Amino acid sequence: MASYTVSRLVQAVLILLGVSFITFFLLYVLPADPVRQIAGRSATPQTVANIREQLGLDQPFIVQYWRYMAGLFQGDMGRSYLQKTDVATLIAARLPASLLLMAAGIGAELVIGLTMGIVAALWRGRAIDNGLMMASFVTVSAPQFVVALLLLYLFAVTLGWFPIGGYGTLAHLVLPALTLGILGSGWYARMMRSSMIEVLRADFVRTARAKGLKRSRVILRHALPNAVLPIIAMIGIDIGIFMGGIVIVEGVFGWPGIGQLAWQAIQRVDIPIIMGVTLVSACAIVLGNLLADLITPLIDPRIRIR
Amino acid sequence: MKKLLTSTALIAALAAPAFAQESLDPNATPGGGIVVTYKDDVATLDPAIGYDWQNWSMIKSLFDGLMDYVPGTTELRPGLAESYMVSEDGLTFTFSLRSGVTFHNGREMTAADVKYSLDRVTNPETQSPGAGFFAAIAGFDAISDGSASTLEGVTVIDPSTVQIQLSRPDATFLHVMALNFASVVPEEAVAAANGDFGKLPVGTGAFKLDEWTIGQRLVFAKNSDYWRDGLPYLDSVTFEVGQEPIVALLRLQNGEVDVPGDGIPPAKFLEVMGDPEQAARVVEGGQLQTGYITLNVTIPPMDNVEVRKAINMAINKDRITQIINGRAVPATQPLPPSMPGYTEGYAGYAFDPEAAKQMLADAGLADGFETELYVMNTDPNPRIAQAIQQDLAAIGVRASILSLAQANVIEAGGAGTAPMIWSGGMAWIADFPDPSNFFGPILGCSGAEEGGWNWSKFCVEDIDAAATAADSMLDPSAPERLKMWSDVYMKVMDEAPWVPVFNEQRYTMKSARMGGDDSLYVDPVSIPVNYDYVYVTK
Repeated sequence: MASYTVSRLVQAVLILLGVSFITFFLLYVLPADPVRQIAGRSATPQTVANIREQLGLDQPFIVQYWRYMAGLFQGDMGRSYLQKTDVATLIAARLPASLLLMAAGIGAELVIGLTMGIVAALWRGRAIDNGLMMASFVTVSAPQFVVALLLLYLFAVTLGWFPIGGYGTLAHLVLPALTLGILGSGWYARMMRSSMIEVLRADFVRTARAKGLKRSRVILRHALPNAVLPIIAMIGIDIGIFMGGIVIVEGVFGWPGIGQLAWQAIQRVDIPIIMGVTLVSACAIVLGNLLADLITPLIDPRIRIR
Repeated sequence: MKKLLTSTALIAALAAPAFAQESLDPNATPGGGIVVTYKDDVATLDPAIGYDWQNWSMIKSLFDGLMDYVPGTTELRPGLAESYMVSEDGLTFTFSLRSGVTFHNGREMTAADVKYSLDRVTNPETQSPGAGFFAAIAGFDAISDGSASTLEGVTVIDPSTVQIQLSRPDATFLHVMALNFASVVPEEAVAAANGDFGKLPVGTGAFKLDEWTIGQRLVFAKNSDYWRDGLPYLDSVTFEVGQEPIVALLRLQNGEVDVPGDGIPPAKFLEVMGDPEQAARVVEGGQLQTGYITLNVTIPPMDNVEVRKAINMAINKDRITQIINGRAVPATQPLPPSMPGYTEGYAGYAFDPEAAKQMLADAGLADGFETELYVMNTDPNPRIAQAIQQDLAAIGVRASILSLAQANVIEAGGAGTAPMIWSGGMAWIADFPDPSNFFGPILGCSGAEEGGWNWSKFCVEDIDAAATAADSMLDPSAPERLKMWSDVYMKVMDEAPWVPVFNEQRYTMKSARMGGDDSLYVDPVSIPVNYDYVYVTK
């Protein structure tokens, strides 16, 4: 287990190096000049040249990349071109909010999605199964902005049960988490349903029923743990999606996450922030998947780590 | 010995009272706080760097410069400088500073701070987007290329007198001294911030920064030692960031927000204006802004002025104005109507597609031609581009639309590869209320070089020379100078490198409890709201 973890961590470092190189390269060849964004529309050619030199953007690609990575290994993520503030400070200010929303969002997705999937599987072929799968289809296709705004309008503005956006208390977390939960539940519902159906067909389930065990015990103690394995992998991927920035939901609810930071940085070609957020997201994805892979054998002892 | 310049405007400035007596609003009730929302995070509050339309007025409230404007107007008035004298040749300005002005950290402001601030903003290490505005100051070139660390032309005569020497006459100099970039900052606070002065601003302004939770909110607190007696009225201004405009409007309607900083979202505009109670709280005002289509004069067939005139006549500006719910005034020329130097009564190129087709035929393009129209991809610009495309198609010009991110359009414009660009979302808005501000970077030869903002690559030496001559006059508001600028823009229109389309109106919505003259809510300089002068009733 330990050597597996170590080798996966080494792999993680290599992945992050690759991500940093590709991202830096893409930003370098982008037909959009960050210096022009900083210099603004009234700058003279001299000012533009000065800024380019100050930021080292007149250097060849490899030199720029090397300087960035050298700084990174010393713990310095660079300074935002437009804000002149440390990127690490900007990300650290928003990371807790993003992590909280991610955890709550995944939690809501699981609660809604798994319940839907299990119920659909147990009453397979019946009206409720069709209804739930139709609902999952709708939620997966629904535009984020519309769902978020609808929930906000209904529960916060009209009914007044929750604050109209913002951050700080549990009440502020409910609606954004619920939005994410509804939007993402479709995937989990379908996956859970098919996984559950397959497990319920298995020999050991028939054996357990034949032994006279209660139906609910069979489902919860025998079928569910086996059905849930692919879900773990999905959670790993989901962490990646969340950390990539759920900009729209953050925007509607005024949630101070890194998605908004990344979005603004991309618009203004603020390269240090873009690099920083990309690397943080990549880190989260790699670690999330590593965690999922480490948990799996705990649930299913048949899967051994070689 | 330099003699006093005896122009009437400057005599009036010298006659300004010695202490900061304000004509205060008798209805104003001091106290209370307001909440303003914005979608984008505030990048920086460093006056040397901040150049967003949202931090512009915030910086104005935290800092002061030598010159200022009468609130709600474009009229210059003394700021930190109590009075000033100008030499007869217009090259030497001597400012007498007010006494007793303190920074937020308690220290008294002196002439040395003025020198430090100007040195700082022109120093390449600061990376100020506004450094170029100070090019007329003697010694600017030296500090700009690194051979000097201080501006030779700025001299501290004594702790309350500073003298600025120009290397050439510059009619816009006093406006430049009123720009945020010329704000006075304390050296020790900049040093203590260790490169992060933008998040830890210290100035002389009506408000000071009390709290900044990155990504969430900023709180400005009243500066009780402010040198303008009786101001500001408000105890605090809270800026909440990361708020979608539509959610901000919902919160305004719910009584949680006082001013949605990004304005009324287009989707809700008609609904809000249709409700008399809400419409009564919306203030409409002009902006020093123009939206235009640039025609690249280096890309055939738009190198032919007749073709450019034809395109001008093909555009239905009234229809385009309707696309944005009528929130603009069709434009006939580059300058907006409220800008000094605007040519009244000039009709421009009237909408006449038949005549336009004829002009194209006369130029040998009876079958029209193909071209590309670049546009920024945020609403309503793509819809406006479609309307332009249809207007052009009606005269045989087949334009394909390239809807891109702002940075990419700017890049294409600067590189000169874009035949036509609709300026929406990137449109020119004045830095200061003077006609010269609409020329240099966007219509002058200096802006036409690689990477510049003169996307039509328009460069006519004669017109450039006329512009320079107009700026060499000493009094910015002299009628002769304004006439010269009017002539410059008329000559530009004769060459038709642009199609001026509309001047956007500004609509500021406020909560019922906000008070203060309407002009403060559409202040042409302190956008959107002049926080120093507004108050809350009750």
